[in-house]
Amino acid sequence: MVARVMSGNEVVAYGVKLSRAEIVPSYPITPQTTIVEQIAEFIANGEMRAELMRVESEYAAMGACIGASLMGARTFTATSSQGLAFMHELTHWAAGSRLPIVMAVVNRAMAPPWNIWADQQDVLSQRDTGWLSLFCETNQEVLDTCIQAFRISEDREVLLPVMFSLDGFMLSHTSEPVELPKQGDVDGFLPESRRPPLLDVDHPTTLFNVPVPEQYMEFRHWIEKSMDAARRVIPKADREFKRRFGRGYRGMLEPYWLEGAEVALLTAGSVCGTVRDVVESLRKRGEKVGMIKLRSFRPFPSEELRRACEGLRVLGVADRACSFGMGGIIFSDVSAALQPLNVRVLGFIAGLGGRDITHRDIWRMFKRCIRAIEVTPARAIEWFV
Amino acid sequence: MKLTPGAVITEPGSTTRYQTNGWRTFRPAVDSGKCTGCGLCWLYCPDAVISRGKPPGVDYRYCKGCGICANECPAKAITMVPEERG
Repeated sequence: MVARVMSGNEVVAYGVKLSRAEIVPSYPITPQTTIVEQIAEFIANGEMRAELMRVESEYAAMGACIGASLMGARTFTATSSQGLAFMHELTHWAAGSRLPIVMAVVNRAMAPPWNIWADQQDVLSQRDTGWLSLFCETNQEVLDTCIQAFRISEDREVLLPVMFSLDGFMLSHTSEPVELPKQGDVDGFLPESRRPPLLDVDHPTTLFNVPVPEQYMEFRHWIEKSMDAARRVIPKADREFKRRFGRGYRGMLEPYWLEGAEVALLTAGSVCGTVRDVVESLRKRGEKVGMIKLRSFRPFPSEELRRACEGLRVLGVADRACSFGMGGIIFSDVSAALQPLNVRVLGFIAGLGGRDITHRDIWRMFKRCIRAIEVTPARAIEWFV
Repeated sequence: MKLTPGAVITEPGSTTRYQTNGWRTFRPAVDSGKCTGCGLCWLYCPDAVISRGKPPGVDYRYCKGCGICANECPAKAITMVPEERG
């Protein structure tokens, strides 16, 4: 095992190389661009055998990913913000066609007004496309999630595309020490893709057909059933990864210091590190607080969340995005999942457009939650502006 | 029909089992006296239901009645006739 100090984007490129992706169609956008630049360098140096496909837009990039994946190739792309929004029609198309494409989403705010900094509005707006959606806290987790993503996506019970998120700049352009596994060990965890091509002149097929109302619903139901299967496959892949490489992420969500906790804060992405610090300080002062880190947003780990929340009185949810007219996007899902439990859920919207979510902000969120044990708050959703 | 994930049909040419003539409200009727046999209707038909000849043949099992052939015919030999009047 070799440790190197690398930015999140470099780490993604290493993850893609180690996963032996065969084709990378992509279009540049800040803060994603350096992922594909690094992959281009690997290919140019002869360190990676893959085709880098330059296309005219993100829409074309996802179109090319769909074509490549239909050929049975292990396919990767990366994007951010407006680029991901531009792909949106085809992200539905990729999932509906059951293609195991893996995409890195370097989270960035949506315009207008223009803003290139960290914000999860881009990836959470892809919620209903049928893609699995995973979040990463550290650059090491970025590497490990990238490798796991290919295995989860190609699992015969899943066969759905996977996007994994890293917060723009907070991870993408921040350097941290990352352990790089050996190629041979990754090959053991992630064998070569053996999917037969669907585009084959010797065995012609008809794709993208028009099922009538009596048939269509079955295809959608199968996507939901595959999401259920992913609820087993994600933790299984993570356990197997831990067995081979010594690092695991607790599957779909990580309960942190929930023993005896009355209050917890749930969040996703790089801010989890700050929350860990605040939990530690508050615990030292005797406050019964903990954290829940959401790793898998789709499928949403409702059962696991209910188990983690047994015994809690109040759960705060910090969202780096907003469904305007409703509140935090993750907050809404958490509220729905916890409906059978007697846990009050509070929503906090913070850190949009790269604004720092500071220790003080997290401290304030915990204070609001602790007060809500006794006093019903005037508002369930609060903006940290 | 067996449904497959991703709605993939693995048997080539099976679309011919789906006769699309039910979509039609107007049918192309060819006046063989006016037809010059130029083949433009055959060339333009988006469903390949016209066979080349003088007059051309129309496969009414699949013709959807779009009217492109009548529009393109330089000799005005094709007219679109409402189905209910045959």
